[in-house]
Amino acid sequence: MARRVTTRRRLIVTAIAWVIAFLIFFPILYTVLTSFKTEGEAVSVPPHFLFFHWTLENYIEVNARSDYFLHFWNSVVISVGSTVIGLAIAIPAAWSMAFVPGKQTKNVLMWMLSTKMLPPVGVLIPIYLLFRDFGLLDTRTGLVIILTLIDLPIIIWMLYTYFKEIPGEILEAARMDGAGLRDEILYVLTPMAVPGIASTLLLNIILAWNEAFWTLNLTAANAAPLTAFIASYSSPEGLFYAKLSAASTMAIAPIVILGWFSQKQLVRGLTFGAVK
Amino acid sequence: MTVRALMGACALGLIAGGAMAETTITVATVNNGDMIRMQGMMGDFYKLHPDIKVKWVTMEENVLRQKVTTDVATKAGQYDVMTIGTYEVPIWAKQGWLVPLKFPASYDVNDLLPAIRKGLSYKGTLYAAPFYGESSMVMYRTDLMKKAGLTMPEKPTWAFIKKAAKAMTDKKDGIYGICLRGKAGWGENIALITAMSNSFGARWFNEKWQPQFDTKPWKETLDTYLDLMKNYGPPGASSNGFNENLALFQQGKCGMWIDATVAASFVTNPKDSKVAKDVGFAMAPHKQGIDKDANWLWSWALAIPAGTKQAKAAETFVEWATSKQYTELVAKKDGWANVPPGTRTSLYKNPDYAKVPFAAMTLKSIEKADPEHPTVKPVPYVGVQFVAIPEFQGLGTAVGQQFSAALAGRETGAQALKNAQALTTREMSKAGYIK
Amino acid sequence: MATKHSRAAARLMISPAVILLLGWMIIPLSMTIYFSFLNYNLVIPGPHNFIGFRNYYYFLTDPAFGTALVNTLVLVAGVLLITTIGGTLLALLLDQPIWGQGVVRVLVIAPFFVMPTVSALIWKNMFMNPVNGIFAWIAQSFGLQPFDFLSQAPLFSIILIVAWQWLPFATLILLTALQSLDSEQMEAAEMDGAGPVARFVHITVPHLSRAGTVVILIQTIFLLSVFAEILVTTNGGPGNASTNLTYLVYAQSLLQFDVGGGSAGGLVAVVLANIVAIFLMRMIGKNLDA
Repeated sequence: MARRVTTRRRLIVTAIAWVIAFLIFFPILYTVLTSFKTEGEAVSVPPHFLFFHWTLENYIEVNARSDYFLHFWNSVVISVGSTVIGLAIAIPAAWSMAFVPGKQTKNVLMWMLSTKMLPPVGVLIPIYLLFRDFGLLDTRTGLVIILTLIDLPIIIWMLYTYFKEIPGEILEAARMDGAGLRDEILYVLTPMAVPGIASTLLLNIILAWNEAFWTLNLTAANAAPLTAFIASYSSPEGLFYAKLSAASTMAIAPIVILGWFSQKQLVRGLTFGAVK
Repeated sequence: MTVRALMGACALGLIAGGAMAETTITVATVNNGDMIRMQGMMGDFYKLHPDIKVKWVTMEENVLRQKVTTDVATKAGQYDVMTIGTYEVPIWAKQGWLVPLKFPASYDVNDLLPAIRKGLSYKGTLYAAPFYGESSMVMYRTDLMKKAGLTMPEKPTWAFIKKAAKAMTDKKDGIYGICLRGKAGWGENIALITAMSNSFGARWFNEKWQPQFDTKPWKETLDTYLDLMKNYGPPGASSNGFNENLALFQQGKCGMWIDATVAASFVTNPKDSKVAKDVGFAMAPHKQGIDKDANWLWSWALAIPAGTKQAKAAETFVEWATSKQYTELVAKKDGWANVPPGTRTSLYKNPDYAKVPFAAMTLKSIEKADPEHPTVKPVPYVGVQFVAIPEFQGLGTAVGQQFSAALAGRETGAQALKNAQALTTREMSKAGYIK
Repeated sequence: MATKHSRAAARLMISPAVILLLGWMIIPLSMTIYFSFLNYNLVIPGPHNFIGFRNYYYFLTDPAFGTALVNTLVLVAGVLLITTIGGTLLALLLDQPIWGQGVVRVLVIAPFFVMPTVSALIWKNMFMNPVNGIFAWIAQSFGLQPFDFLSQAPLFSIILIVAWQWLPFATLILLTALQSLDSEQMEAAEMDGAGPVARFVHITVPHLSRAGTVVILIQTIFLLSVFAEILVTTNGGPGNASTNLTYLVYAQSLLQFDVGGGSAGGLVAVVLANIVAIFLMRMIGKNLDA
């Protein structure tokens, strides 16, 4: 992109971009601001944006009321656990589909994706009964299993599209040099696949972190992640915007921060084969 | 590997230690103010019962209901104590899903308010202990009423409510004469409108379980509701539930609000409410010549599911949480206005509590509600603002959607009633009530 | 290039995934099919009799079913329209040299990380509320009557909320695609006297079409089962104005606890989702194989 750009034009474009970006981000910013207000101030009209009585009381109350770190830790274990296991299953599958494609590869892939279209509410009761019988209710293991299965198709598909971009000639060259299957995967493919794997990992952690149906319905006291934490602050009796904002900020902060810090890695592999 | 081994050892140690010393019970509860307050009072419980450890699962009402119902119906046994309402108790007790409660004499079961106790019993046996009880009443702004030159009677009629709503409305200033629930849901707008319909002599079903939405009293109910809300209600009323209206009232935007009696302590609390000093209370309205008032009866209660393995510890906890001593504990820490209301006669005889401005009206409202004879004409069901059959959650919500649509102006009141009649007939035939 | 040896290895490598997904599909699905023929309500004990297709009959003849079907499609199409067009425009904007590009990108990407429940609660209470929401305040400060989003335009409001969550995703993928655009080709076209519009139509759009299909496919999978946003904001109403299929199945399964009816509804939803899927895959197949 070596086109010459005048400073004036750059200034205008920059201004527009900043305004739009600010508007898109505003709801989140406003939530964070609200979390520092008193409940009365949170619903006042006209709204106060910066000049209000800043207070930490919502955070103090939220922490006194619920065990944030338990929920946080559950979220970490469930989202990372399901993603890592998912990757361990998906990498070989995606590898074989990308490099040893058969006639059915495309169909298998599409079939896998189609399993994601089952609406979860329709199968909650069967799964609930199975979980009860296997003692998986309210366990992190149970949630890791469910989320792995749910995200597996997307993981496989992301990896597949990424692997496909790795030119086959490199593999042939490696084979000519006498590399075995193991060496081929370990020394030739893996380094090239790292960005794709990294972004798949990140995207799936985000999806698993935000999954709010199964995590809410299959847990009680022990394995409940942050989605359940939020459920205890939405619409209680009485004013709740400020406390909800504080709880929301605490629930989304870890993943937003992770997302921001890793956005380069996330973007690099997030092409789904969209870029040739 | 070592870390894992260590962690495993720790976990084992914990389990072993725990089994010897204490029982852990899991309590599923709703995220209402009184329940949250109890979680702060647990120090007292642990002092009395060091061998019991309580784990809380606090949820929003809909999520709670969905989770505990699934749990109890599949006998999954994840919870030892469940917070449920007067709707669930008779249905669940009938299925044998709840442990009947037998408290020692010191608990003084006879002290429970008769209406509440009846609502939580099945065939004369108590299946859930009331944590708090509520009816509904009119909360109004004394200052606006004065400005309008009107006086609220203790037992207002719907005609008076309309007159007052009209006089208090000042849309330019953002003041709406009346705020009522409009959000669809069996526990939201249907609770209000069903209770309201009782006061017009309507009923959900006749003795043969045939829906009655095509009758005149229902038309009158819905017409009154729509007339009030469309002319004197706030904008966006069709998505306002209890919470939204509470926020509106606390901001000084409503002249009158007919809703749960527990709201009284929120709207008179100067910390959150701008109008705390100017709130008056009256009985839920009635229609001239009809004996039933538009007030409901609800109680959040603690019950023990039949599948629990910790019934003993669970019962100890339920007893403590709904005891007179607990009430005194709250009064000592947070003041009498904040004790869980509406469960015990002794509370209303207490001179300290009588000073609370809404105490008398709450008691009168609760006593007026009769879940066994909610309507003018006979009905085959119990429940004032609901019909205690398992199908009602879905049914009530679907009918609520119709009324909500009428309020939003998407269809007329007559259409809404016609749709309600059709869909209720359909569901009742499907469920086999109508042969 | 594939030898017999590597084929066998490939099959071995793909099998865990296939077996797991088959199990995931078959076990709950067969249970669901079985339940869908029973008179099975969770809160009504007693024998669960076989009742044939009655659950299907009641689900398909439900007056809400037609509305829900249309709403599902409108919701998916609406969000896709906003996110693909908005995403393209945003991607074009972010592809320009601007100061502070990193920060701008961070701000734009953020909504994607927010839990659906949280974002629905934020929008409903703090923005769209016609009395104390920000939009109402803006309208009032211009002397206008506040618009009551969730009751006057419920489906549109939900589309807006969902689109806000998915716009960053579309933008990111389209931006990545845009950055891989060959600048020499652009310059050549510019030399030939093609204006910016012509360049956009003849070079940029074809280049982005692959990325566009990917955006559409992934989003469709998630959008067909939008649920939390509806539950939190409108409960599917007023009337059935914002009820989609997933919500209708929810009402059956978790409001009425009608496992039989919910299962039948769930299966209908699966069939319809698969019809959409087949349609999509035709489209994708064409676009991705090229």
